[in-house]
Amino acid sequence: MINHDLSPAAAIAGQAALQGAVSDQEAVLCMRGIHKSFGGIAALTDAELIIQPGEVHAIIGQNGAGKSTLIKVLNGAYKHDAGEIFFMGEKVSYGSPHEAQCAGISTIFQEVNLIGYRSITENICLGHEPKRFGMVDWKRAHSHARSTLRRFGLDLDVRKPLNEFNIATQQLVAIARAVALDARIVIMDEPTSSLDDHETSVLFGVIRELKASGVAILYVSHHLDELFEICDEITVMRDGRTVDRKHISQMTKLDMVAGMLGRSIDDVEAGGTTGFSAKSTPIGEVMLAVEGLGGASPVKNVSFKVHKAEVLGLAGLLGAGRSEVARAIFGLDRDQKQGQVFIDGCEVEFERPTDAINAQLGFCSEDRKQDGIIPQLSVRENLTLALLPRLARRGLIPEAEEREIVARYMDRLGIKASSMEQPISQLSGGNQQKVLLARWMATNPKLLILDEPTRGIDVGAKREIQLLIRELADNGLAVLMISSEFEELVEGADRVIVIQEGKSVDELSGENLRVNAIIKSVSHISHAKQ
Amino acid sequence: MNSPSSTRTNLFQLLSRCSAHLRSEGVWIALVLMIMFGGLRYDSFLTEYNIMTFLSYNSMFILIALGMTFVIMSGGIDLSVGSVVALSSVVVAAVSPYGIEVALPVGVLVGVATGAINAFVITRLKVVPFIATLAMMLGARGMALVISDNQSVPVSWDSNFTHFGLGKAFDYLPWPVVTTLIVFIGCWVLLEKFPFGRHLLSIGGSEESSRLMGLQVERTLWGVYVLSGALAGLAGVMLASGFGAGQPLEGMGWELSAIASVVVGGTLLTGGLGSISATLAGAILLGLIFNILNFENGSGTITFSAYWQSVIRGGFLLVVVIIQAKIINKARAR
Amino acid sequence: MTDTTITFGNSPKPLMFKVRNILTRNGTLSAFFLLILVNLAITPNFLEIQTLYVNLTQVATIAIVAIGMTLVIASGGIDLSVGALMALAGTVAPLIMLSDFGMSNPSIGLMVAIPVALLAASAGGLFNGVLVSRYNIQPIIATLVLFISGRGIAQVLTNGELQSFDIPAFEFLGTGRLLGIPFQAVITVVLALVCAWTLRRSIFGRYLLAVGGNEKAAQLAGVPVKKVKLVTYTVCGLLAGIAGLITTAINAASDANQTGQLMELDAIAAAVVGGALLTGGKAPVIGAVLGAAIIQLMGYTLLANGVHDAVAMVAKAFIIIVAVYLQQMRGGSK
Repeated sequence: MINHDLSPAAAIAGQAALQGAVSDQEAVLCMRGIHKSFGGIAALTDAELIIQPGEVHAIIGQNGAGKSTLIKVLNGAYKHDAGEIFFMGEKVSYGSPHEAQCAGISTIFQEVNLIGYRSITENICLGHEPKRFGMVDWKRAHSHARSTLRRFGLDLDVRKPLNEFNIATQQLVAIARAVALDARIVIMDEPTSSLDDHETSVLFGVIRELKASGVAILYVSHHLDELFEICDEITVMRDGRTVDRKHISQMTKLDMVAGMLGRSIDDVEAGGTTGFSAKSTPIGEVMLAVEGLGGASPVKNVSFKVHKAEVLGLAGLLGAGRSEVARAIFGLDRDQKQGQVFIDGCEVEFERPTDAINAQLGFCSEDRKQDGIIPQLSVRENLTLALLPRLARRGLIPEAEEREIVARYMDRLGIKASSMEQPISQLSGGNQQKVLLARWMATNPKLLILDEPTRGIDVGAKREIQLLIRELADNGLAVLMISSEFEELVEGADRVIVIQEGKSVDELSGENLRVNAIIKSVSHISHAKQ
Repeated sequence: MNSPSSTRTNLFQLLSRCSAHLRSEGVWIALVLMIMFGGLRYDSFLTEYNIMTFLSYNSMFILIALGMTFVIMSGGIDLSVGSVVALSSVVVAAVSPYGIEVALPVGVLVGVATGAINAFVITRLKVVPFIATLAMMLGARGMALVISDNQSVPVSWDSNFTHFGLGKAFDYLPWPVVTTLIVFIGCWVLLEKFPFGRHLLSIGGSEESSRLMGLQVERTLWGVYVLSGALAGLAGVMLASGFGAGQPLEGMGWELSAIASVVVGGTLLTGGLGSISATLAGAILLGLIFNILNFENGSGTITFSAYWQSVIRGGFLLVVVIIQAKIINKARAR
Repeated sequence: MTDTTITFGNSPKPLMFKVRNILTRNGTLSAFFLLILVNLAITPNFLEIQTLYVNLTQVATIAIVAIGMTLVIASGGIDLSVGALMALAGTVAPLIMLSDFGMSNPSIGLMVAIPVALLAASAGGLFNGVLVSRYNIQPIIATLVLFISGRGIAQVLTNGELQSFDIPAFEFLGTGRLLGIPFQAVITVVLALVCAWTLRRSIFGRYLLAVGGNEKAAQLAGVPVKKVKLVTYTVCGLLAGIAGLITTAINAASDANQTGQLMELDAIAAAVVGGALLTGGKAPVIGAVLGAAIIQLMGYTLLANGVHDAVAMVAKAFIIIVAVYLQQMRGGSK
């Protein structure tokens, strides 16, 4: 390990002496002793990254470990405070993503970062359009875009606006763009987060092809399992430092988790990697019943029941309509026409979220930033937002009572904030999610709908939230949980309903509730049509 | 089971394609209807005299609306153009004795300078376009009033300056119309054929993505605001030479009429999508309302006070934005 | 996330530090004090009570409209129509008071005129709110409709003519004093306090900030987004109506062409200088009043020192940019 008490300069010198070994001479990329701080707080301390040509190199670490910062230093979005970057043997430092891109470092970000209104051709060629007399040569541009996409087995109308295609296609177009730039290193930040299993396998095929042509890939993912399938080398980061670098064959999943958390393997084994506690409470009476729900595309025919004290999982591929089911129940997307929804045995039809809230439902949507937090408001104001109508008297908010409630929930959920007046945008993802959970818990709901409750949250907070969900269910709450992580469903849900192309096709519970069974069920259309 | 749903998707696709066309082409249909209405109702409506007078008077508005289209497509807004027209008109009136050869570049340069300041404030100081150009609106107006000492500045009739505003090319087309036509074609080519045009549309679609894709966002935005300023400067030259005076108080609210033209033309105010030719149609359409009102008063059956003009324009804008909103909302609901 | 937590506490001079802290954190307040200090040094007769009266009289209308604008900006919108609504309210009231009915029953006429005028302005605000919330039209375009046609309606109502009157009870709004303080200043302070208190304590205030901060999230949490926006725009219209009545009362005449002209700019400027975030989610009502005071005082300073009055516009432009730039810097350092 590196002695962290050394001054940065000394650390770099020591590092250089230590690592200037022969094996790294051929590296396409070598970042050493990278320091970066924001407003006095260090985001990267002595980080290191060495990538060989034709290698798929993964960076793993909890949120805040410095992965994104390191990537942004590499692609020129941030300027590092100290350290050196060697790219293809030359010392470099990029002032903007544009410079890095020209040099051969392309980045594909977590959310698809293309321009929806513009055509596929434009999205692929933007910034380096083929030109004739200074004007765009559209003919060449289109054929270039088409031929690039064919490499991935995609045959699309490249003149159409990108937003007419689904997310997975858009993601592949983003990758095609990177490839079209003749990149030497392609950085992929969580490329599979919006892809289903099939699309993921297409992506992996593309990655293998890139690899074979000598392109190095820097891969960042929360999904540790997929790393074994695709990666060669792993760099583990924690608290802005590089703590480990190994070939994948020398690592187990347990090693990774231990490295990320900075704990010993024994600790992790004792807690399990994601495991919830055992399901002990007997399942109560029916709280929510959905019968033949349909209408809002792509939902066609979905039926299921959620009991008191039960966590019901909803599984399905992306686009199967999982989130849409949740939204329809909660009174969003009002063109919902077919089917019936019963709460506590009474048929209901919510026109607005307010109606659903009045019927004691709660809904944490999948997109915390877009649909969840109100960034300018404090933790307190965010936490009580759904409770206000009940809290307020004659339109006024009783301040003391509000504070007391907020303090109670912050304590109970272990929300880490400097005070309840801190703007929620300054909290970590996990703590933001806890505030949103508290927002609904405070309304004392009968049914809580959680859409991807642990997406993009670091391992520690993820586990806390999973345990909290279990605890809520054990105390009698009915929970409808949507997750694209099948492991989470298997370990956290009592039963799982599988949705396929907008229809509920399967129910898994007890012995049958296994990851393999879910994968089989969500992806085999023939099986469902019998 | 599959067939009904696929017919439905096809229908949806067809509908969405139709609505996309309706957004940009509705304005053309409305324009044609309006011209037909005017032509059938008033004898002298479709005469050469009326058409040329109409077009040369509206040239200024078309110019700033074209500049505004670029700005809005890039996701911004330029509230300063009306004041810049006034400032430019005052400055060129002062240099008008040197002839149009000097005055024209000077006027455009005034616009370029204000556009560059806008661009600097927006890209370097990171002030949102709405506020940055709002400040320039005040600043340019103040400058115009200071330079002219609150008076309109007479132009020189001895030089060829007024020929630009009042004369005709080849003894047929008024110079303002010729100029506007050239600018229009230039703008169209710039948008459709040059990387600059594609880049500004992308930036309007998503600035963050464009940045991550390696576009030089700042440089493009500089181009956009400088272009808008330059066209406003050119409109200022037309104003001074066409009306024989630099007018420090003219151009109030022109920026909002220009925005209205752009919106009526179907360009999304959020940026990323739009059409230069539809803006032309939108500007002509809004101008026609005034023209037809004049004819209606002239025909003597009913008399509208001139004040009705703004009420009707507002009403027209209302109808257009509601139709647009309904189409967009329907598309979003799908 | 990279949060900078500013640490206080170790200061040897707690009181000084506290004052400095308030001033550095509150740029608006320090700018205001700085302006007063500058005036004390250079402006003749600044400390006379007459100076205070002049400034209070003139600032009231800007401040009142700025309060409404702050609310709208906090909801994530903007209202360009406030000037037009001022003109509308300012025109409607004299129309009623000067009608045959109003002249024969002066007191009843007054009792009817004021509510009806305010109702008209509120209806305009409600109309804006409907366009914004029900049709999802971008606020700048939605309010552009009334910006264009609102003043037109007022002009049509009066045929663009000045209506002068001599009704002391009504003129009290603009020229009266309460305990020696100009009446409109009292109104301004009361309105500001009521709005600030409502924002802080009421469920509406919290909802308003939530809607402006993140509309989708607010809707999901059960906030009646549309209702909140409707109320906000209506209140903004109402406040503009009050300001319109005051302006008319000061002049003892209504002028549909001039009342509230360019008021939307002053109000936006005051709100922004007062610390409103254009992206929404923050509603510093008292700051808006302070912002209006700064803008007023700066204009007065230049005027009292014999500077060309148009320079004040340039200076205003400068202040707006500086204010937003500083806001941006503070936001960026988070």
